[in-house]
Amino acid sequence: MTLQNKIYDTAIIGGGPAGYTAALYCTRAGLSTVVLEKLAAGGQMCRTMQIDNYPGFEDGIDGYTLGFKMQKGAERFGVETVNTEVLSVNLTGGTKTIKTDIGIVRAKTVIIATGAEHRQLGTEKEAEFTGRGVSYCAACDGMLYKGKTAAVVGGGNSAASDAILLSRVCEKVYLIHRRDTLRADKIYRGLLKNAGNIEFKWNSTVKELLCGETLYGVKIKNVQSGKTEEILCDGLFISVGRSPSSELFRGQLELDEAGYIKADESTRTSIPGVFAAGDVRTKTVRQIVTAAADGAAAAHYAEGYISEREAL
Amino acid sequence: MSVLVVDKNNFEEEILKSEKTVLLDFWASWCGPCRMVSPIVDEIAQEHPEIKVGKVNVDEQTELAEKFKVMSIPSLFVLKGGKIVNQAVGARPKQQILDMLK
Repeated sequence: MTLQNKIYDTAIIGGGPAGYTAALYCTRAGLSTVVLEKLAAGGQMCRTMQIDNYPGFEDGIDGYTLGFKMQKGAERFGVETVNTEVLSVNLTGGTKTIKTDIGIVRAKTVIIATGAEHRQLGTEKEAEFTGRGVSYCAACDGMLYKGKTAAVVGGGNSAASDAILLSRVCEKVYLIHRRDTLRADKIYRGLLKNAGNIEFKWNSTVKELLCGETLYGVKIKNVQSGKTEEILCDGLFISVGRSPSSELFRGQLELDEAGYIKADESTRTSIPGVFAAGDVRTKTVRQIVTAAADGAAAAHYAEGYISEREAL
Repeated sequence: MSVLVVDKNNFEEEILKSEKTVLLDFWASWCGPCRMVSPIVDEIAQEHPEIKVGKVNVDEQTELAEKFKVMSIPSLFVLKGGKIVNQAVGARPKQQILDMLK
């Protein structure tokens, strides 16, 4: 591995849409570029079977394939990908160092595109029964609940699309939401109503997971009346938002209260030469296309930073 | 070694009676995280001839999926002497999978 002796112009942490778009733009700008990805290209997109809101695919595309295509598109121009987990970083100074499980990577600039992960509900037994009835990925596990009953908790677009997907394979689906309306887009709300086998549990939170060898139900509480109710279901799909993957950078970069890396549209963070792109950055609209846009901005400012320093 | 495609016919002979430690990957073609972890499992098979690595397609092998009570994929199992000694749900980095085998 040449990793050890080389100083890259740019090291990108994370191989989702922000990471590989940044990589594509960096390498086309003539910067030597490496992407460090712990698993495989795509990131959170891989949990989605059908993506219809990324332009250019008239029939939609599955998230894994889109991620793979972004990787190949960047590698066509010379981007290196190293599959390794980043253990720690030192972002100060002219040469940044990134410690990975296979060695140290050095770079003049770092683009952080680590994205976000699903948030946990925070109930007891949640971790213990993950894979035994508790799931965070309807696109992965939905088919294993064919003809059974599933409950979805959440009220955003991903909860809505999970419920719709499950309604096609399951006998019955409950949608549990703590408010009396969904945040999900109108297009989803129509599909939910028309599904015919989705029962809404409004103003309700999950208080307890009912478990034997596997999950067999949930106890929910109506936040207005205070009444509790037991729902029997074989699976609970948790879709209650995301939290940023920014722990590696805590103490070095400025984060907001929720843990997102503070940066504006320029993607510049509190440390010169370090950029944050995609879902990990403070921003209002978190979509594949806005992550990709961040990648292009990060590459632009990374290139500018390097040119300025080298002109000194 | 290459990855063994495990089905209900070769399961007993190849997996339960294996003298080597076995890593089993339950997957499906429509599952993105399964496709993320699949090349990592392939690499482990290539680099660790002392381990027998098998993949079970849950769409085709529903009996095996039920036997292992698989309710989330990818699901990874480590077996020694025909007994499950370790298991994990969800895609994870290579080092974490190797740690499961220790």
